[in-house]
Amino acid sequence: MGRYVLRRLLQLIPVFLGTTFLIYALVWAIPQDPFSGKCGQRPCDPSYVAEMSQKLNLNDPLLIQYFKYLGNLLTGDFGTTFNGVSVGEQISTSWPITFKLGIIAVIIEAVIGIIAGVLTGLRKQGFLDNLVLVSTLFLISLPVFVTGFVLRLYLGPQGFDIMDTSVSTDPSIGELILPGFVLGSLSMAYVARLTRTSIVENRRADFVRTAIAKGQPQTRVVGIHLLRNSLIPVITFLGTDLGSLMGGAIVTEGVFNINGIGGLIFRGIQEKEGVLVTGIVTLLVLVYLLASLLVDLLYAVLDPRIRYE
Amino acid sequence: MRNNCADAGERRERLMSRSRVAWVALPVALAMTLSACGGGGGGSTSAGKEDADGTVSIYGTEPKSTLFPANTTEAGGGKITDALFTRLVGYKAEDGATYNLAADSIESTDAKVYKIKLKPGQKFHDGTDVDAQSFVDAWNFAAYAPNAQQAGSFMAPIEGYKDVHPADENAKPAKDKMSGLKVVSPTELEVTLSAPNSVFPIMLGYQPFSPLPKAFFADQKAYEAKPIGNGPMKFVSRTPNALIKLERFDDYKLEDKVHFKTLDVKIYSSQETAYQDLVAGKLDFMEALPPSAKVGEKYKADLGDQVLNANLLSQSAIALPYYIPAFKDNVKLRQAVSMAINREQITKTVLAGSYVPSDGWVSPGIKGYRKGVCGEYCTYNPDKAKALLKESGFTGKLTIQSNQDGGRKEPLEAACNSIKQALGVECEFVGATNFGAFRQIVDGKQLTGMSRSDWSADYPSIENFLNPLYRTGGSSNDSNYSNPAVDALLEKADGTANPDEAIKIYQQAEDLIAKDMPSIPVWNEKGIGARSKNLLAAKLTFTRDAELAAFRVKAKS
Repeated sequence: MGRYVLRRLLQLIPVFLGTTFLIYALVWAIPQDPFSGKCGQRPCDPSYVAEMSQKLNLNDPLLIQYFKYLGNLLTGDFGTTFNGVSVGEQISTSWPITFKLGIIAVIIEAVIGIIAGVLTGLRKQGFLDNLVLVSTLFLISLPVFVTGFVLRLYLGPQGFDIMDTSVSTDPSIGELILPGFVLGSLSMAYVARLTRTSIVENRRADFVRTAIAKGQPQTRVVGIHLLRNSLIPVITFLGTDLGSLMGGAIVTEGVFNINGIGGLIFRGIQEKEGVLVTGIVTLLVLVYLLASLLVDLLYAVLDPRIRYE
Repeated sequence: MRNNCADAGERRERLMSRSRVAWVALPVALAMTLSACGGGGGGSTSAGKEDADGTVSIYGTEPKSTLFPANTTEAGGGKITDALFTRLVGYKAEDGATYNLAADSIESTDAKVYKIKLKPGQKFHDGTDVDAQSFVDAWNFAAYAPNAQQAGSFMAPIEGYKDVHPADENAKPAKDKMSGLKVVSPTELEVTLSAPNSVFPIMLGYQPFSPLPKAFFADQKAYEAKPIGNGPMKFVSRTPNALIKLERFDDYKLEDKVHFKTLDVKIYSSQETAYQDLVAGKLDFMEALPPSAKVGEKYKADLGDQVLNANLLSQSAIALPYYIPAFKDNVKLRQAVSMAINREQITKTVLAGSYVPSDGWVSPGIKGYRKGVCGEYCTYNPDKAKALLKESGFTGKLTIQSNQDGGRKEPLEAACNSIKQALGVECEFVGATNFGAFRQIVDGKQLTGMSRSDWSADYPSIENFLNPLYRTGGSSNDSNYSNPAVDALLEKADGTANPDEAIKIYQQAEDLIAKDMPSIPVWNEKGIGARSKNLLAAKLTFTRDAELAAFRVKAKS
């Protein structure tokens, strides 16, 4: 087990190098002059362009630029954006918020999704099953921003007045529950359906029949034998989802004005802040890698047949 | 030079806002009966007890450059430096007329040498004196090429600018100080320009002409993190992408001091969310409203007398570049296209009343504006337009190029349709993905047809609507327009010390431009902002900024 984890961690290094280089090259390969439009309706002053190009190493060949960037990164320097604010500082203010939001969203989608999936999986074709099927279909077909706007309109000051129109600068967990729900709503529907299918399939499996035949109580059959085995695809989905929720929360963050990673990366791409985009994506890559490692380790916990040696 | 705030980052926001419209239609209909028109003249007030130590929160966007006054050319950062710094003159919110702020007097007999006296006893936020040296140092810093200040070129009229900022970007500047700046005494300075310039006193109110304290030159890194100015507000703290906090500077004695304690500039990624916060009373001021609020004038129903209006220094036009052979000397074609655009209808429908039809090359509301300079050629007349097109001999297809985000596409598509219907020629809108991509085409002189040519003036002067755009080699003369007679008149006006006479000559130049029609004036934006119910009074300026001195906070009962 320990060796397996170590091997996986070592694998992070080449993946990390490859992805950062790809991202770095892609950002600066966008066919647009980083200075066009920066200075309003007139072209930027040549001295400004010359000076900033010098600062950002834009005159060097791509590979040298990248290694200079990497060198700084290894000493903990993420670089600075055009407005002179260090990328490290921007990430460190946004990251905890996004992390909180992502975790809340995953918890919400996991708890509600799995419960709904188990209940419907056990009582196939009942009223509850149909209700969940229809409501998940509804959630899946709604784009996230519609969910966000509708909830804000009806729960905000113009509706039932139980939430604010946006969150504060440093939001508490309470404030993030609704945005978390919005963010997780789509995946929640998938989790419910995934769990349901998995449960329905495994109910007819041999080991479940054996457990029932052994006379074990219903709760134990469902909770230990059925659920644990059915959760493997769900956990896989949740693990990758955690990463995408953190990087892909652009819309939700915009709706509730949450100062998170999604909004930061969007702004970075729009304004060609290469260092900002690379810095964040590097971090997101790490989150993805660690989340998938965690998922792989959880397989072993859920299914004793899986061993890592 | 301010980057029209809608250009940079609103595509996503618009996507979201469109879908919202349908959801809010019902409450709007109900609330319509309550609608009332906002206060005129830029301000709006209501009755109530005032809180002199209150907090005001205003809409903001993340500054795009360092918070040095000469490096801030866009609205997000400009909002902050505007409150942090006070310049020699200020602009009246209503019409942009200048009045002395830090300056006691600005005098010149020949529009070339200006003698400036400062009001005594002014302090920076760190307690040091605001003296003539602090202005001279700041202007030299802005102009010196290796300092790479975005707005450094505004120092160009000052004598010796070429020595510190050579035209060739690779050349090393010969000096680091401009010879035209002289400190006479701590409260007096003398500025010599390289050529007479009658609007220089108006320029002095623009951001790059702010003074800088000694602390700036001692440690720029530290200053970047905590700017020190001489303005009505001082810097407290900043959370990137979230909040910038400013506080009243109690030693500030000038006319535009503020009547509240704390200013929170809240950074929003979506104008739509900010608008919701404003309606809910979580945000106190927005200088512009999102497109969804303008549909059907919904904002009037939402906000009633909290709506703020102002004239803006903006001029939207469609340019016909001279480097395109078909356009080169074809005035008749220009006139035909202009008369084929139904400005009245497009501003009312597509632009939802947030623009008004334009009838000249200078925006209404500033000194020197005259009604109807463009005359019949800016009035919709499809029959005459058709006749003119025939005379022009133009055949083929017309295109209008612009960035397509930020609501730029729709009105120009409408203009194209109007042209198509009136003239019977093909017309197509050609969109670039964003403002940067569009500017790259324009800067590279790679336009293949007509293009959007919007201008917001840097300072409130008729000069700023003409010199940068229509003078040969002007900094924003994207169409390569060149008329020696216009150049001569502009030069003459620049050198006329008497401001009223200078304006008359600028107007003559505008008349000549009207004959050539290098660009077709289409519409002028109206400033529409709003305040929350937490404020008793607020004002929107012609530069689309908050006039903080006019803000009054309502006491919480």
